[in-house]
Amino acid sequence: MIVSKLKPLEEILPHLENYKRIFLIGCGECATVAHAGGEPEVMDIKKKLEERGKIVTGWVIPRETCHIPLIKKELRIHKEEIKETEAILVMACGAGVQAVASATEIPVFTAVDTIFLGTIQRYGRFLEYCSMCGHCVLNETAGICPVTRCPKGLLNGPCGGVLENGNCEVNPDMKCVWVEIYEKLRERKELSLFKNLHLPRDYSRNKKPAKLFLKGL
Amino acid sequence: MSLLRKYLQSGKFVITAEASPPKGTNSNILKEKAKLYRGKAVAVNVTDNQRAIVKMSPVPSSLILLQEGVEPVMQITCRDRNRLALQSELLGANALGVKNVLALTGDHISAGDHPEAKPVFDLDSFLLIHLIQKLNNGYDFNDHPLDGKTDYFIGGVINPCSANMELQLLRLEKKVKAGVEFIQTQAVYDLDIYEKFYREAKKFGIYILGGILLLKSARMARFLNAKVPGVRVPDKLIEILERSSNPAEEGIRIARDLIYGIADFAEGVHLMSVGQEQQLSRLLDEIIREKPDLYTPPAINQ
Repeated sequence: MIVSKLKPLEEILPHLENYKRIFLIGCGECATVAHAGGEPEVMDIKKKLEERGKIVTGWVIPRETCHIPLIKKELRIHKEEIKETEAILVMACGAGVQAVASATEIPVFTAVDTIFLGTIQRYGRFLEYCSMCGHCVLNETAGICPVTRCPKGLLNGPCGGVLENGNCEVNPDMKCVWVEIYEKLRERKELSLFKNLHLPRDYSRNKKPAKLFLKGL
Repeated sequence: MSLLRKYLQSGKFVITAEASPPKGTNSNILKEKAKLYRGKAVAVNVTDNQRAIVKMSPVPSSLILLQEGVEPVMQITCRDRNRLALQSELLGANALGVKNVLALTGDHISAGDHPEAKPVFDLDSFLLIHLIQKLNNGYDFNDHPLDGKTDYFIGGVINPCSANMELQLLRLEKKVKAGVEFIQTQAVYDLDIYEKFYREAKKFGIYILGGILLLKSARMARFLNAKVPGVRVPDKLIEILERSSNPAEEGIRIARDLIYGIADFAEGVHLMSVGQEQQLSRLLDEIIREKPDLYTPPAINQ
């Protein structure tokens, strides 16, 4: 899931200064799980905007806000409220915000910061395990991603900053992921995978902006 | 050819030292440090934005040492440059006369004075060593031929006294496979552990210089034990420092004993400095005076 986090209201308000009538859009997927754009958060922002003299013309929580056709449909359904709207505030990841912005001429603003692709550890706890680098090394690293989980993204083993207890110098509360990978490979008698020199990432494989058009669809 | 390489190949005992470039354009700082080590250390490391703190680049800093008659070991890290920038720096430095390079991953940006900056780490120390070997063979990283190849003596770093020696030896094996020719180690305080590491590491056929870091006080020793990965100051030494009326002098004595201890079985030492160039320069004078059979300093003006 995409982990996002609400911006402080003080950071959002200056952008809405010239707009009085605001429509709110949350997201029924990731932003709901991350508590950044689910119903409680949308209701909370609605209340706070109204307290500051704004008129909330309406709100909707689409099933998934990053889906352009779905957003167009939602905007048609809410066209009466949208007609009265001067600005739309979106509480969804950057993909969602831009999906909305591409579907309307009304100025669109975001209420959240999109942080990372998250693995859910348990309710309300998200960990960054994958950075969508486009060049997966997990088959060689015992299922642990050093590109994401090592602060330096190293591909060839730990740096000199492994603490005596095997933890990471940058995050002393966290075990060095390269020590973890090494221990797992050692256990599986696959240390040859550790000894191989891994070539650096091929950034030409994930030029920005990426796109994927599946054939035959 | 690198003087450091010549020394090691001829079996002469080696002492290298370290000079940190200025934070600013005051190149006199480097000239003063060069003066302290000229004719005393075989080569002097020039650090590269050490601890992720902005300093003068190691390329011009190395050139300043050369102009002052001191052979530099240019440290270069992967933190601030992608593979294009690393290659152009390495080509330029070699053309200017820098013959020794120490390839490092680099401290994380969060340790320094610009924690908001983008960490690069396009390569790591292993891949950087691999890259320098390619430049030495006349090719860039993508195997395009170079107009003039480099002739670097390729160095790397290993923690010899880490709690996990097996892992450190694996890292060393990988660096050797990538093309490392000499190692300067993290600070050594326990000769038994160091000798054990050294004997294993020598099987890879490389040169190893044991790291020496002057202890100023018992407090510093405890700090190193608590905060610096791979450094273990034995309790015995901490007690000696604690009881001493002049711990700074005691620290120099400890360093001298470590150097002589390492000289019994190994080919050299690397003196790291945390602003202690004066003391290290005096220590070098003392070693040259006391042990002419052990250490022949480089001739001046070669």
